[in-house]
Amino acid sequence: MNLLDMALQVIIWAVEIVAVVLPLALAVAYTTYAERRIIGWMQVRQGCNRVGPWGLFQPLADGLKMFMKETIIPARSNKFLFVAAPVLSLMPAFLAYAVVPFGETSLFGHELHVMAIADLNVGILYVMAISSLAIYGILMAGWASNSKYALIGAIRATSQMISYEIAMGFSIVCVLILAGSLSLTDIVHAQAGGILHWYFIPLFPMFIVYFISGAAETNRSPFDLPEGEAELVAGFFVEYSGMWFAVFALAEYAAMILIALMTSILFMGGWNPPFEFLSFIPGTVWLLMKTSFFIFVFIWFRATFPRYRYDQLMRLGWKVFLPLAMGWVAVIGIFTYTPVLSDFIGFWQPWR
Amino acid sequence: MIEIGFFYLFAGMAVFAALGVILSANTMYSAMWLILCFFNASGLFFLLDAEFLGIVLILIYVGAVMVLFMFVVMMLEVNQAQKREGWLNYLPVGGMIALILFVELVAASTSGIFSTGEMAMASHLGAEVNNTVEIGKILYTEYLLGFEIAAIILLVALVGAIVLTLRERKDAKYQDISKQVKVRKEDRLRKVSM
Repeated sequence: MNLLDMALQVIIWAVEIVAVVLPLALAVAYTTYAERRIIGWMQVRQGCNRVGPWGLFQPLADGLKMFMKETIIPARSNKFLFVAAPVLSLMPAFLAYAVVPFGETSLFGHELHVMAIADLNVGILYVMAISSLAIYGILMAGWASNSKYALIGAIRATSQMISYEIAMGFSIVCVLILAGSLSLTDIVHAQAGGILHWYFIPLFPMFIVYFISGAAETNRSPFDLPEGEAELVAGFFVEYSGMWFAVFALAEYAAMILIALMTSILFMGGWNPPFEFLSFIPGTVWLLMKTSFFIFVFIWFRATFPRYRYDQLMRLGWKVFLPLAMGWVAVIGIFTYTPVLSDFIGFWQPWR
Repeated sequence: MIEIGFFYLFAGMAVFAALGVILSANTMYSAMWLILCFFNASGLFFLLDAEFLGIVLILIYVGAVMVLFMFVVMMLEVNQAQKREGWLNYLPVGGMIALILFVELVAASTSGIFSTGEMAMASHLGAEVNNTVEIGKILYTEYLLGFEIAAIILLVALVGAIVLTLRERKDAKYQDISKQVKVRKEDRLRKVSM
């Protein structure tokens, strides 16, 4: 590989990264808009409708407002970690998108090219590893703020994320048993051939467990105890203001979109259309449609359910989801290796 | 060429971060340095084509173990000045351990087993070889017994930890969720004719 090739490769990587991060940032901004409009609609009120047509420029106005605001750093805080914490929480939220395949295209040559920055063969593990790093931003923010509310919020967030990560991991194990691969692309390929092949059918309880754990993992309502404003003011980011505060919100929404994307990839067939006759619609559109639906469901959750109490949250994670997920792993495993039953489950296992 | 560059980058950063762990006065910073150290170690695994080990190192150590470390550090109000106090007392013991480790490492690395260069210079296998699959195969066939024994030891440790820390309090109030869910309107409400 000579220098020119290397330079070209670097440029291609840069373009790929920009092509993922820019739409992502936009999607995050407009998810906040969608959230306000949808919740407004569900609560029979208008939502933001002043800035621009239908309030479409509201996210831009919000961004500008946040940018103009003063960033206050508390005097007794640990300054370095206080400033580093938002960055630490944003970085993993964006890094995880490096392996997400957004579809396949034949634009670059005859072979199908997977639209991912890096098509790792341990993609799903990578997503899990990177998204578990988001805890550090929250922990740092809570500790460096030197405020009891922030500290309690950070501790809640951490124990919540650790608890739900386990159930999430086991539900992913079920997907892996069916797909026979850790690569996200292979998991999507394993679900090709219409809606009956999608994994939410044999793994319906795991689909629910994964999605709800995802809501808990990203501190979304009804699991938003870390920022429970009734008792903790604003939780771990209580001391943050202006742009640094916005960065936390950005990270949260990016993580939420990632969970929606992963749910569509793992359980809803990724970029596969539900019926063959609908395959004239590009795969990426299908994936984004499914993702948008799950984002809508997240917002729907927020408008519908009251916040969990802390002991209820822990009970749900450890006493309901974890046994259920482990039990389902056993069920899928037994089905896979028992002679008669394996014909039944073999329908979803293309590696046979 | 690039590979060697990356090796020195990861290895150098790992050593640098490890120094940061023991030299920084703030325990929180120490924990952060340790995380950086784990990242660089996982980078070394990636260079050796062991992407599964690399990811698992991050997933387990950074994603779970270090979080618990941080938890403890956050809860403790560690006095920074006090920490440095009396380090001379610990020097003999610490020095002994360091010396023994050093001798062992030198002995092992000069014994000839690791210095043949074959391991470090092993050429990369093709992309079709998936070491996640290979690890899975070997772990669940050849080393099944060891794997299961390790699992049982971990389970026993888990149960032991719970038994040690579980305190049953007689005065604590518990809620039976299934009971709460089963409650009907008739159980709570009574119509009174006025």
